[in-house]
Amino acid sequence: MKEEDTAQSALSSKHKWADEQTLVSALREGDEGAFGFLLDTYHGPLLRLAMAHVPSRAVAEEVVQETWQGVLESLPRFEGRSSLKTWMFRILTNRAKTRGQRERRYESLDSGDGQSDGDGEGWREPDRFIQAGSLAGHWSSLPSMWDEETPERLLLSKESRALIQQAISALPPVQRQVITLRDIDELDAKEVCNILEVTETNQRVLLHRARSRVRKIIEQQLEEKRPTG
Amino acid sequence: MSQDLKGQLMHLMAGNITCQDLIELITEYLEGSMSFSERVRFQIHLGFCQGCRNYLSQMKTTIRTIGKLPAEPIPDEVRDELLKRFRTWKKG
Repeated sequence: MKEEDTAQSALSSKHKWADEQTLVSALREGDEGAFGFLLDTYHGPLLRLAMAHVPSRAVAEEVVQETWQGVLESLPRFEGRSSLKTWMFRILTNRAKTRGQRERRYESLDSGDGQSDGDGEGWREPDRFIQAGSLAGHWSSLPSMWDEETPERLLLSKESRALIQQAISALPPVQRQVITLRDIDELDAKEVCNILEVTETNQRVLLHRARSRVRKIIEQQLEEKRPTG
Repeated sequence: MSQDLKGQLMHLMAGNITCQDLIELITEYLEGSMSFSERVRFQIHLGFCQGCRNYLSQMKTTIRTIGKLPAEPIPDEVRDELLKRFRTWKKG
């Protein structure tokens, strides 16, 4: 997991650019080390977010390139009202939307209440509950307790990691954008609403559906791996 | 005790919400956007229901797992190209 180690160390609070004001001033002064840090820390997350917006990797890579250009152009005007990360993600989202609209393939929330995200009911699991009688709505089979090491164990396996990544990629676009920003990039709900221009309720509904689907995939993974016999 | 009465009692003890309802509210609970009384009801249910406690814990584990997915590192040639652009920007 070399990639993760690099990202972790880049994000470590001990890093000299961890203080954002220091980082921004250094960038404005043209410090290449500071820009290199920004590239190492955010290129991957920007690409991941771009892929949640546009249909192909090639287009996503172009959007990220445009975003870096936009970051350089707007840096002198950055006022620090939001974090640098939120600010960059917003630049990317705007570029991706423009790009997607141009290609007429962008799926946005504009024409709806956020419930109609093309998802249907696939995130629900009605068959896990008793359907009728006085115990209706209670578990028909109890969810099991996962052990503490589950994330580490799962992500060590290339196959499981790919399956979880695929599960996220297969989500309806807006769900994918929300779960990427919230659970991978660790932004808070307000920042995500701001970047994606959705209401707090929509954000929560989308996040819930996305997480529920990924949970289901993880559960399937764990059940397949469980020793039988 | 009749099955019906048992069901009613369980439902009452479990905060008057079913497990199926509870799992729909999990994100609202984790986001801290519930009212005080909803939160109390939710927690009462959890107190009585091992299945829902496990499910809640699974959701938290899911979130932790997603948070650990590694991002792709930036390819060297892309990094070099962007640094070159930064140098030009600096001069401009």
